[in-house]
Amino acid sequence: MNGLKPGQMQLSGRGVICVRGSREVFSGLDFEAVSGEAVAVTGRNGSGKTSLLRLIAGLLIPAGGTIVLDGGDGDMTLPEQCHYLGHRDALKPALSVAENLSFWADFLGGERFNVAESLATVGLDHAADLPAAFLSAGQRRRLSLARLLTVRRPVWLLDEPTNALDVSGQDMFGRLMRDHLARGGMIIVATHAPLGIESRELRIGGMV
Amino acid sequence: MTALAALIRRDIRIALRVGGGALIGVLFFLTVVVLMPFAVGPDLAQLARLGPAILWLGALLASLLTLDRLFMADHEDGSLDLITMSRTPLELACAAKALAHWLAAGLPLIVATPVLGLLLNLDMVATGAVALTLLVGTPALTFTGMIGAALAVTLHRGGLLMAVLVLPLSIPVLIFGVAASQAAITGPLSFGAPFSILCALSLVSLVIGPFAAAASLKHGLD
Repeated sequence: MNGLKPGQMQLSGRGVICVRGSREVFSGLDFEAVSGEAVAVTGRNGSGKTSLLRLIAGLLIPAGGTIVLDGGDGDMTLPEQCHYLGHRDALKPALSVAENLSFWADFLGGERFNVAESLATVGLDHAADLPAAFLSAGQRRRLSLARLLTVRRPVWLLDEPTNALDVSGQDMFGRLMRDHLARGGMIIVATHAPLGIESRELRIGGMV
Repeated sequence: MTALAALIRRDIRIALRVGGGALIGVLFFLTVVVLMPFAVGPDLAQLARLGPAILWLGALLASLLTLDRLFMADHEDGSLDLITMSRTPLELACAAKALAHWLAAGLPLIVATPVLGLLLNLDMVATGAVALTLLVGTPALTFTGMIGAALAVTLHRGGLLMAVLVLPLSIPVLIFGVAASQAAITGPLSFGAPFSILCALSLVSLVIGPFAAAASLKHGLD
C-alpha cells in the first residue's frame, strides 16, 4: 500500500505534461496530496491551474506523465472518487433548488446525505422550491457546494470555489473544507484568494 | 439504473417545463402540416397522396429543431463534465438522454398525427399506418440525430451544422418510413418489407448512436 495507513489515500502526479491546442501549458509537473491535506494550486492566469484540476478529474488527457490515487476505493476510478467544482455550476434553471440537488444525488450515487440538511448547511433551505433561474450568482455557488455535501466523495477538486460568495459564505465554506479534511478527505483547489484553511501551495507555471 | 432513471426524469421534466422545447417541436410539426395545404392547393386527392410524406417531413424537421440542445445545454452549464466523471458509462448516459428526448419530443408528434391526418384528408387506415411508421421510425431520427448533437458540442457549432450533419443520415429513415406508409395506403408494395427495414434502421441506430455520440463527446473534452 505504498506505506499508507489503512483508510489513508495519496494522490500523486509524476512528470505530468499538459498540452492545450498546440500550446504546452506545463510539463514535468510533480505533485502529491494525502488524506486530510489541502493543496492550493496557484500561478498566473493561463498557467494551467484549471487544466491541472481537469487532468485529475479525467476531463483532459495528459500528454505525458501519470496521475494516480493510492489507497482509495479500488473498484472506482480516480474521477469517480472526485467532486469537481468548476467555473460553471452544473445547475438547470428550469428545476427547483431541491430538484437540482436531488438529481445529482440520484445520478452520482454512492453514500448519500439528506438534501434538506445540505441545503440548510449552505443557507438555502428557504429557497428549496425556488427555480434555480432565480438564484443569484452567490446562491448558485452555494447550491453547487451543497452537492459536495449530499454526495460524499473523498477528493474535492475546486476551481476558484469562493467566487461570488459573500463573507459569510466564505466562512461557511471554510468550515465545510475543514470538516471534509477532518474526515480524511483531500482538497485540491485552484485559487488566487486566501482559502481560510491551512494548505500547502503548489505553484505552477513560470513568472510573467 | 437509478442514475439513468434520474437522468431520464430530469430531462423530461426540463423539456416539459416552459421553454423546455417539447411543446415547440409539436407546434412546429403542426405549423408545417397546416401550411402544406396552402402550398399544395385544395386538391384533396393530391393532399391524401402527399400526406404521409408531409407528416414524415414535418416529424423529421421537428425532431431536428429540438435535438440541437441535446448535449449543448449540459456542456454549457458544466453538467456534461459531471456526467462524464460519473460511474455511469457515457454511452448509457447518451442513450438515456436520447430516450428522454424521444419520450418528451418524439412521442407527442405521434400522438398529434391522427389530428394532423385529418387536415391532410387521410382516412383512419392511412393515419394509423403513418402513426405506426412514425412510432417505429422516430427513434432512429433521435438516435442518429444524437450523433450530430454530440458533434455540434465537439466542434463548438450548433444550428445549421447540426442540420447538415444529421439530414443525410436521416434519408434512409425518411425513404422507408414514407414507403411503408404508402404501401399500407395504396400499395402495390407490401407493407412488411419497408416496415421491416425501418425497424432495422431504428435498431441499428439504437446501437450505434450512443457509442458514436459518447466517442465524439469524449474526443471533444476540453
